Amino acid sequence: MTAQVSSEFAGVAVEFEGVSKVFGATRALDGLDLEIAPGELLALLGPSGCGKTTALRILAGFEDASSGAVLVDGHDVSRQPPNKRDMGMVFQSYSLFPTMTAVDNVAFGLRLRRRPAADRRRRAEELLDLVGLSPHARKYPHQLSGGQQQRVALARALAVTPRVLLLDEPLSALDAKVREQLREEIRTIQLELGVTTVFVTHDQEEALSLADRVGVMRDGRLEQVAPPATLYDRPATAFVASFVGTTNELPGSMESSGRVRVGAQVLPVDGPAPAAGTSVAVLVRPEAVVVTPHPDGDAIVSVATFRGAITRLRLTRKGAADVLADLPSHRAAELGAGTHAKVELLERPVVVRELA
Amino acid sequence: MTAVVGDTALSSPPLPERTVPRGQRRRLRVGRGVVLILAVLYFFGPLAAAFWFSIDEGNGLTWHAYTNFAQAPGFGSAASLSLELAALTVVLSLLLMVPTLLLVHLRFPRVRTAVELLSLLPLVVPPIVLVVGVSTVIGWGNAGSSGSFRSQLFNQLLNSSPPPILPLEYVILVLPFVFRSLDAGLRTSNTATLVEAARNLGASWPTTVWRVVLPTLRTSLLNGSFLAFALVLGEFTMARLLQYQPFAVWLLQFGNTDGQLSVALSLLSLLLTWALLLVMTAIAGRGPRKAVV
Repeated sequence: MTAQVSSEFAGVAVEFEGVSKVFGATRALDGLDLEIAPGELLALLGPSGCGKTTALRILAGFEDASSGAVLVDGHDVSRQPPNKRDMGMVFQSYSLFPTMTAVDNVAFGLRLRRRPAADRRRRAEELLDLVGLSPHARKYPHQLSGGQQQRVALARALAVTPRVLLLDEPLSALDAKVREQLREEIRTIQLELGVTTVFVTHDQEEALSLADRVGVMRDGRLEQVAPPATLYDRPATAFVASFVGTTNELPGSMESSGRVRVGAQVLPVDGPAPAAGTSVAVLVRPEAVVVTPHPDGDAIVSVATFRGAITRLRLTRKGAADVLADLPSHRAAELGAGTHAKVELLERPVVVRELA
Repeated sequence: MTAVVGDTALSSPPLPERTVPRGQRRRLRVGRGVVLILAVLYFFGPLAAAFWFSIDEGNGLTWHAYTNFAQAPGFGSAASLSLELAALTVVLSLLLMVPTLLLVHLRFPRVRTAVELLSLLPLVVPPIVLVVGVSTVIGWGNAGSSGSFRSQLFNQLLNSSPPPILPLEYVILVLPFVFRSLDAGLRTSNTATLVEAARNLGASWPTTVWRVVLPTLRTSLLNGSFLAFALVLGEFTMARLLQYQPFAVWLLQFGNTDGQLSVALSLLSLLLTWALLLVMTAIAGRGPRKAVV
């Protein structure tokens, strides 16, 4: 069944060319350049007000770009109204038509395309099956849970065989368990269908776990576009480092060797190194911090938070900022609150940011 | 009012009886009973008295008022004029307010407050003031030389059947109620997102409004229509001062010749209004339509 659904999709390329959007005095988008490959799932990640939703709405046709162009499959769609763009969108707030049953919601787009009744019923039921909601086809939205409503919304968006699938924080209104489950399903379905997808979210975990590539946005600009692992391990900017994952910022200074001195250690620098003598902030992930219990250690464990496989420690140090460290929980037993410990960093390249 | 709103009516949560001591609970129950009886007396007392008056013949009972009202001189024309005016007013006010409020909610949310204030004005300005203003304009219209466009226009406005001048005024009169119910409907139904969803799936604007927005607003459309309808059926001031004779005006004048019949008709019109209200509530509460696929 799904093979049949998937054969109808042909992933298309999407391209933003210098797209800007000005609302009054604010620049919501500032020259966005972005290419999305056919069949790719790209997540736009950023804090609220960074322009990610504006970018999606411009792609959908709900906003007009102030300048620049949006290309779908090589054609400029900037002048097309939203109802001519052939895109399927899932919204953050529940958007099912309250006067229609689940199956009617899914069939709505097919009705508009004047598909024969038997045809659209079959198609709608196929898609409800795809999102696992066949038993609820005859229910009205108010009879469905939040997670079920978003599944129907996904089926509705996919029913019209859209050229691009747009997901505008579709999971943020759901509770954690459902969110994680639906997230995996979205990815499975997207991979199966091969539909080009843009996923907007402020949740870094969501972006990292779903996307082929993640675009991190800030103040209407793209900070970095990269696969999740690259984004995490080699953040291009300090903003990306601090927004994606948790980061310690430790004071350091540049050596003449182009390496950075942080505490008693000297570490290689990832990316261009500032001039010798410059004061920098050294960005270090909690899992790159090594903690060993030691009676003379200058750090004291103030909080140990059990998180299942890992335990996160917060260490206070005299005259210095706190440090967060992640370590396997089986090793954290001897590092309860109040334990004195020594703190070191793993010997690997670190990202530094010049201090003004 | 809560009955009209139907499914959005607030039902107060049950009192946590356990926490109230037994003696106090009894007093509470007695207190509620007293309030209920007083309310019933206040509401039904006059109705019962009116009903008694309409069938009392001094030394017996008579039902002539209820069997003969249809033959009362002028009843038919007054009742049909009122119904026509009410229907016209409902249609006109919806034609005016639905597009206006859609524009306000979807495109110009900043002017909502201004539109709300404007549409509430008729509650503040008494109808009499409106009529005086309209009369002045009518005087100006009639002052034109006969045969001119102006006097022809006013002739049409005043002397067609039904006279368009009344529904035009009534639209203003019912504005606050129609605005309120439509505005509430739009605000609670997440219309902006629904419209975007429909547009995204390929719906043109007319299709979006017809297939998605209006069905979603059905309950508030019905509420607004009903309120407008009931208001126009009972409207007296404007019609009387402009010397038309819809039901309310006729009823008062007829009361001078046959008091019993006039009171009987008042009661019947009240019953009619209730019946309409029940029908509307039933329709509104019926739930969404059957599947169409």
